[in-house]
Amino acid sequence: MVDDAASDDAGVDPEPAAGGVEPAEDDGPTTGNSEAIARAFADGPAYIPYLAVGDPDYESSLEYVEALERGGADLIELGLPFSEPIAEGPTIQGAVVRALEGGMTPDRFFEFVEELDVDVPLVCMTYYNLIYQWGEASGPRPFVERAAEAGLEGFVVPDLPAEEADPLRDACDEFGLDLVFIVAPTTEGDRLDRIMSRVSGYVYVQARLGTTGAQDDVSDRTAASLDRLREYDVPKAVGFGISAGEHAERIVAAGADGIIVGSALVDIVAEGAEADRSAETVADRLEALSRELVEGADRGYRARSPTADSR
Amino acid sequence: MSETTPNADRDETQRSTAVDPADPADPTPVPGETDGKFGRYGGQYVPEALMPAIEELTDAYQRYVLENEDGFMDEFRRRLREFGGRPTPLQHAERLSERYDRDVYLKREDLLHGGAHKLNNALGQVLLAKYMGKSRVIAETGAGQHGTATAMAAAHLDMPCEVYMGERDINRQRPNVFRMTLNGTTVTPVTAGRGTLKEAISETMRDWAGSVEDTHYVIGSVVGPHPFPAMVRDFQSVVSEEARRQALETIDELPTDVVACAGGGSNTMGSFAAFLEDESVSLHAVEAGGSDLSIDEAAGVAPNSASLYAGEEGVLHGARTKLLQDAHGQIVESHSVSSGLDYAGVGPELAHLADEGRIHPAAVDDDQALEAFHLLSRTEGIIPALESAHAIAYLETVAGPENEGEADAESEVGSGSETAGQEADALGDAVVVTVSGRGDKDLESVIEETAARDIDGAPDMSAFTGGI
Repeated sequence: MVDDAASDDAGVDPEPAAGGVEPAEDDGPTTGNSEAIARAFADGPAYIPYLAVGDPDYESSLEYVEALERGGADLIELGLPFSEPIAEGPTIQGAVVRALEGGMTPDRFFEFVEELDVDVPLVCMTYYNLIYQWGEASGPRPFVERAAEAGLEGFVVPDLPAEEADPLRDACDEFGLDLVFIVAPTTEGDRLDRIMSRVSGYVYVQARLGTTGAQDDVSDRTAASLDRLREYDVPKAVGFGISAGEHAERIVAAGADGIIVGSALVDIVAEGAEADRSAETVADRLEALSRELVEGADRGYRARSPTADSR
Repeated sequence: MSETTPNADRDETQRSTAVDPADPADPTPVPGETDGKFGRYGGQYVPEALMPAIEELTDAYQRYVLENEDGFMDEFRRRLREFGGRPTPLQHAERLSERYDRDVYLKREDLLHGGAHKLNNALGQVLLAKYMGKSRVIAETGAGQHGTATAMAAAHLDMPCEVYMGERDINRQRPNVFRMTLNGTTVTPVTAGRGTLKEAISETMRDWAGSVEDTHYVIGSVVGPHPFPAMVRDFQSVVSEEARRQALETIDELPTDVVACAGGGSNTMGSFAAFLEDESVSLHAVEAGGSDLSIDEAAGVAPNSASLYAGEEGVLHGARTKLLQDAHGQIVESHSVSSGLDYAGVGPELAHLADEGRIHPAAVDDDQALEAFHLLSRTEGIIPALESAHAIAYLETVAGPENEGEADAESEVGSGSETAGQEADALGDAVVVTVSGRGDKDLESVIEETAARDIDGAPDMSAFTGGI
């Protein structure tokens, strides 16, 4: 689904492909900057788990993220906690509080990424002020440069709409990282075009309005959102509310190229912290839920394309 | 200097071409180019789910507020008169004038219905929500002043209303919580963080992200994403429009100075807006210096709310502005004896005007504000909100008897007073001070805070320390 052959780079910058996916435009390459992210979507639906880094402490958090890979993660979103997480529901707010109280900072976050022993691509999810403030020079460039050095492949920034994103977009292109945008159920028309002209890597399809949080049911607005996005040639990963294998199955069957799961995993971490469980027990549970989600996604994929091989 | 940002120079012209210029159906200017920025500040840093609502609001602001479509502004002004009691007086304050040896005029927003300037904005936005066909309004509140104003406006205009309020503020402002409830509003406590205005704004934005299709967010100050800072300023600018006209009518000239307190900055911008073009008028934004103007990085706390004076540029609650934050960009907890000023950010237009040198930020501390509260109560018969007391305290620190002679000294840095920001701000001979609200809501806090201090001119608190 990702056109790896696209190399029609019209920009002055010869090396990284500029981000941006335009429908029926001749100047837009259709792949992102990161080959690793493209590969995560290349062989069936991508399972994309999220955890807040440093929740509830640095060492446990390392084990938890590594458990996600064992559970079948194709790509992992690592949350760098910000004090005012306006897009997050109570579950991830709780994770942010625990991680900040555990001493997580942007510098520790980069060390964490460097220490992490996983082979899947890592995407940093955080709020713009942390990106903007980091380093001596003003603007997002120093943070992006450091992120690239640490081995991150891209960003999701929930409080950065396309209109304000150009400095970060350019820095990502300079250092070969992807910039993922969130598309809401209310996003359509010109707004959608504006976002899709700046997105790279994958697009984060928000399954319903509101904030993040696990739900018993997932919104049927997802199908409509996927329909609106059909013409854009970029992987579509659906998040917000997915907490069980059957959700994953239904969403992939509806056409999603990936599923993003955060709060359901963070709930396991929170419960472990509260009940004072060993990091090993919590890691095992994270791995088990991951497997359930991956299996669900694979069932959905087979339902959609009966001839497709399971991974 | 502040017309362009380094980022704009480098990127934005280039990127904006990504929007099809041949498409006349795209009415939205690319923010960052024209709309929504005050110099390098402002913008629209919000989750994507809110952007369609922000665009809808931008369009409604343009049509109803700026172009008076369907007579919106006529109806707004009529309701401000009939329901709100405008215009409010510009009163010559005789004792203060004597004390400070210059004419002091009080713009009496405490006499507006509800007891604070907040109604100007709340009535405007709830009415706008009605014109937009929304069926519900939500709001955040710190001191409870914006919450009560929104609750009154919502009852007046028959709109369901829910107000988010930090748990700590709920305990500090119980009478206001009851007032909102009387007006039929649901008050929802916010327990995150320290439970003050910052958390209440975050929680209201979260509600809005899920309810955006039928709900309008009545933001309470000149903060947040465009168009809120401009729109709230426009609704509040009736304060300075009246004050300017009243000054010309009664003293036949413009004042030399306008002094207003600044938290988020709605009464500040309201008090300044009509004077911005009058270069002879000095504009003083008085922030809450709390107990100390520094930031305690380890504790993540700023014992003040002086974002203009002590803050650094950053992005919070939808706008780039000056913020109280640590070296990593985490927002710190602010403090003020006045919960209405207790906020870690400030309106982006004020940040810009401060950079431009058009306004003079200053800060007075908790003690000075309390002294001013008692001074105005005792000498003028006006019990001011603790927020407004900061503006009065500024007069005392710059022109009070203990600072004899300093008030007229130009730009003497470190001229002896401890008051931050006073050096550059000598006062002229006709000073307008906005009394943004009345102090009834603060009586419990004042008893507690006064009893804990040795305040000049305060009455004996011992009979009241158990509460009123």
